[in-house]
Amino acid sequence: MNKFGFTISKGRQIDYESNDRRIADYIFEKEPSFRLCIECGGCSATCTTSNFTVFSLRELNILIKRGENDQVRQNLKKCMLCGKCTLVCPRGVNTRNIVVLAKKAFQKSDEYAI
Amino acid sequence: MQFDPFVIPFNIGLYFILIYVVARSVIWFRDLSRPDKLRLQRGFFGIPFALSLKEIFMESLIHRKILKTNLRLGYMHMSLAFGWFLLILFGTIEADIFGAKHLNAPYKAIFFRFFNPDHGRMGFEAAYGFLMDLILVFILSGLLLAVTKRFYSKIVGMKKTTRLKLTDRIALTSLWLIFPSRLLAESFTCGVYGTGSFLTGSLGAWLAAFLPAQQMAYPFWWLYSISLGTFFILLPVTRYMHIPTELFLIFMRNAGIKTGDKAGTYSEVQTYSCSSCGICIDACQLNFSAGITNIQSAYFMKAIRNNDDVSEIADNCLMCGRCDQKCPVGIELSPIRMIQRRGGEAENDIRNIYKGYFRSRQTIISEKAIASSNYNFLQETVPEKTDILYFAGCMTHLTPSIKNSMIKILDASGVKYSFIDKQGGACCGRPLMLAGQDKEARELINYNSQMIWKSGAHTLVTSCPICYKVFKESYYLDVEVLHHTQFIKMLIDDGSVKLNFLHKKVVYHSPCDLGRGSGVYDEPKDVLKHVSRLERSNFEDGNSLCCGGSLANMKISSQTKKKIALDAAIELTKNSPDILATACPLCKKTFSAVTETRVADISEIVAEALIMNPLKKNSGSNISSIKELANI
Amino acid sequence: MSKHVVVIGGGVAGLEVAGQLSKVGIEVSLIEKENKSGGHLNNWYRLFPDRRNSTEVKEYLDGMTHNGGIKLLTNTTIEKLNRSGSHFSITTNEGKELIADAVIVATGFDLFKSARKEEYGYGIYDNVFTSADLEEMFKKGELALTNGIVPETIGIIHCVGSRDEKVGNFYCSKLCCVTAVKQAIEIREYLPDSKVFCFYMDMRMGGAFYEELYREAQEKWGVNFIRGKVSEASETIENKLLIKVEDTLAGRPLKMKLDMLVLMAGMEMSEGGKKIAGIGGLRTGENRFFAATDNHFGSNKSNIEGVFYAGTCTAPMNITETISHARAAVVEVIDYLKNSK
Ligand SMILES: Cc1cc2nc3c(=O)[nH]c(=O)nc-3n(C[C@H](O)[C@H](O)[C@H](O)COP(=O)(O)OP(=O)(O)OC[C@H]3O[C@@H](n4cnc5c(N)ncnc54)[C@H](O)[C@@H]3O)c2cc1C
Ligand code: SF4
Ligand code: SF4
Ligand code: SF4
Ligand code: SF4
Ligand code: SF4
Repeated sequence: MNKFGFTISKGRQIDYESNDRRIADYIFEKEPSFRLCIECGGCSATCTTSNFTVFSLRELNILIKRGENDQVRQNLKKCMLCGKCTLVCPRGVNTRNIVVLAKKAFQKSDEYAI
Repeated sequence: MQFDPFVIPFNIGLYFILIYVVARSVIWFRDLSRPDKLRLQRGFFGIPFALSLKEIFMESLIHRKILKTNLRLGYMHMSLAFGWFLLILFGTIEADIFGAKHLNAPYKAIFFRFFNPDHGRMGFEAAYGFLMDLILVFILSGLLLAVTKRFYSKIVGMKKTTRLKLTDRIALTSLWLIFPSRLLAESFTCGVYGTGSFLTGSLGAWLAAFLPAQQMAYPFWWLYSISLGTFFILLPVTRYMHIPTELFLIFMRNAGIKTGDKAGTYSEVQTYSCSSCGICIDACQLNFSAGITNIQSAYFMKAIRNNDDVSEIADNCLMCGRCDQKCPVGIELSPIRMIQRRGGEAENDIRNIYKGYFRSRQTIISEKAIASSNYNFLQETVPEKTDILYFAGCMTHLTPSIKNSMIKILDASGVKYSFIDKQGGACCGRPLMLAGQDKEARELINYNSQMIWKSGAHTLVTSCPICYKVFKESYYLDVEVLHHTQFIKMLIDDGSVKLNFLHKKVVYHSPCDLGRGSGVYDEPKDVLKHVSRLERSNFEDGNSLCCGGSLANMKISSQTKKKIALDAAIELTKNSPDILATACPLCKKTFSAVTETRVADISEIVAEALIMNPLKKNSGSNISSIKELANI
Repeated sequence: MSKHVVVIGGGVAGLEVAGQLSKVGIEVSLIEKENKSGGHLNNWYRLFPDRRNSTEVKEYLDGMTHNGGIKLLTNTTIEKLNRSGSHFSITTNEGKELIADAVIVATGFDLFKSARKEEYGYGIYDNVFTSADLEEMFKKGELALTNGIVPETIGIIHCVGSRDEKVGNFYCSKLCCVTAVKQAIEIREYLPDSKVFCFYMDMRMGGAFYEELYREAQEKWGVNFIRGKVSEASETIENKLLIKVEDTLAGRPLKMKLDMLVLMAGMEMSEGGKKIAGIGGLRTGENRFFAATDNHFGSNKSNIEGVFYAGTCTAPMNITETISHARAAVVEVIDYLKNSK
């Protein structure tokens, strides 16, 4: 079982070296199509949730990859898993699985954080 | 001479298994919910009981359903089960009539010929001996098929044979040895005494001609007894447990017990009832289109029985229900998968022998850590009062032709309706459920229910089978839920819409959640017959294919989904129809990507065939209302 | 005895090949399935990068092919293509048999059928057009909506049918970005009061003078560029098109009402080419275009000796590249004919 640490990065800069990208690595391993995202925003444009609130799967994707996890943690659960994003993604990214895996990874990291 | 030490292994085995079955039944019964206990008690009387007996005879002994799908495989199962049953039945009667006394210990029936070697020389006795030999031949022929199946699975017409674990292998070997050793034991004994009928008699005489039959017989009686004993003792930890368990399953099912959404006695009984026949493997498109060969229900059932972590298997499935439909035992496979998905990843259990016999219920780690609401951003909205609600569904927003066609039809029919998610609503909740996130799904269900309830509508029409299924099954609403095909059928029947006949050749693809998932097979086809030349495909109704686009499987790549879609599309368009019709936006999108044939939702075809009636109150406004929906 | 080469497809590539071959005294039969030669060039109004009139290029090509030695067979396709010994026997749809020493396939491309991206509403909504439709409007000199009204806001969607695994096309069509820029300029030129928005995933300005055109579009014509893939369009009550897109650089969803949508449809292997591949046993790649034997030094060679490729039947190309590729094919053919005596 993967263990995830917990880092808090402050400031506006993405501190690439010290950011914790293990969530991203976990998703890369389980869902290789995560690497295929080109940040086109098709998913977030069509998103059911973003009809109601501030939510962009595209942004979450890139933040996870950069290890800016704190911004992702709370937002992730807003997704309804409706699947529209998967249907429009030009890169065939398995978007729903990314959400599910990320949720799982955060839960695991939370378990080990305490 | 009424006892011999060689019967001991058999006796141990037999009494062990009898005691075990009783103990297991008590545990199972104890774990049932109260209502289910009552149901089961009632199931032992009257009609359900008769039904159960009939079903046990037809399915557990004759294996009618397997016979129907695969004659040779069915014969194999039938000859072993029914043949063995007859052998025991007639053996017991034989021992009772011809034995030294009435009401014998079971072993006397099983080893009748050992204790009565001189029996069966003429008359009725000989005829009876003939019958017993006949039954033995019947079993042995099936056994021969089973052995060949193991080695050359093609012969019995199966593409794949299920894989085995060690205990299964030992049990299988002992099972295979039972009847040949009985044959040889009886033959040698007959050879010595010059008795026996066409099989044991002739074989015995032939063997006795060049072998010391007297000395040879005894070891084979031992072997016969040991095989039986071993088989019985290993039974509970092997797949052969399905033989006794299926009887329970049949009683429980006929008593009206359902799988439900938590692991319990019924799901466990079903898991143990799987005979590993492998029919589900052949039915699965992940197997024959995508080359994924380790997730099929036979493997899933086995993995649960082995206490393996089955979350990967449970998740990698289209939930198409093809295997449920084909399983000859009638196991509710999809609901069991759903239970597992709710459970999430399970820790691997440490295995010991005791666990094998008395396993704990599927251990499940709760992953539902987030306690707060996920969707508190959903604002309460007050919908306009209306009779009929139209809920397009998320996917339908990506297929504007379906949406527009529905508006056209609704307008033409003159009913009072409102388009509840015209600005894009919240999701129906089923995709979350399919991912095992029931708590989250409940939130969306509550939100949508409120809206529907406040609208005062009496009918809810949806274009998406995924929504339809969840509205029907998991919403507690006081409205009639209709898929748009059912609604259109109604409109046609009561004359609200008039349609032209389009001279087009159409093949219908039944979407999984609408057809197998919700049992709506006829209305879509009736509508199509009304407007076009509907032709049959090789995959109709319960046997229809999955388009591959299923939201239920998040584990396969889009390329794999495409492979499944392509195979299905090729099958469906074999007779070059003008239109491949379906009744689901997701199926439409999935098929459109892989075939040159025009793919259309039934609503589109109907909208095309619509005869506009200028007198209808809404019909003049249809153009503007199509546009209105987009006016966000 | 002079050599005879059959060229299949009379677009830019086919005409250039035919002209160059006849220059060196090789007899050519040019087979074109339409009723006239020129291919897609006939449909374009002005060409990037310099916005010259397409007829100038057509005139050049026609000039090349007017010097005799070229037999143009219009309304003709081929049904059979067999190699027998050192030559090919080709049967046309009219049953005519041609004997050739070599064959050049120049069957070009087809425009991606935009109705396949249903979410954009081509063929469903009134005012959704393709780049090719727009060229036709320019040619006629009337840029208007279906109801005749002049559009004020126009959206251009890039990558329709290219770089999209949903339609099975992984590749980039290479010239729709610059076409979008060119058309945006033309729209602004034609309708000075209009506003034009390009919705792109990446601006691929990899050709000579493309980037300059991009700068001009921004600087001189005030074309707006928004980075985001449009996910869907819908029609509003006032007959406008409402699009959903995320302005990915601003990180916010963006909704916009437009009068007109123009889809930059990509290039796909032509149906005519697929047919030739089938009857001739020619290899195609994963992108369905003809597969040349080598990406660097064999881009005109097919898997069958004596059959060569020219132009966009192998990959998306602009006219400049098409003509270069066609000339290269001529060199290969001459070389082949010399050695195959
Ligand atoms: C929207 C758009 C705008 C463009 N604008 C420009 C521009 O401004 N500047 C620029 O440089 N490039 C432009 N291009 C690119 C340009 O159109 C191509 O480079 C050029 O047309 C390629 O020529 P071709 O001969 O390879 O193919 P095509 O033009 O497609 O010609 C192929 C010919 O083969 C024929 N054919 C096909 N199959 C058969 C068969 N089986 N039998 C007989 N005949 C057959 C066809 O009918 C056709 O005439 C544009 C492309 C697009 C899509
Ligand atoms: S649609 Fe696909 S490629 Fe585009 S941002 Fe979303 S996940 Fe990435
Ligand atoms: S699955 Fe989630 S991220 Fe994707 S469109 Fe639906 S709500 Fe948005
Ligand atoms: S699940 Fe049903 S079909 Fe599959 S192997 Fe078991 S009994 Fe056979
Ligand atoms: S539900 Fe469908 S995909 Fe899943 S195992 Fe059964 S047949 Fe295969
Ligand atoms: S050239 Fe531009 S518009 Fe065309 S496919 Fe490539 S990136 Fe997309």
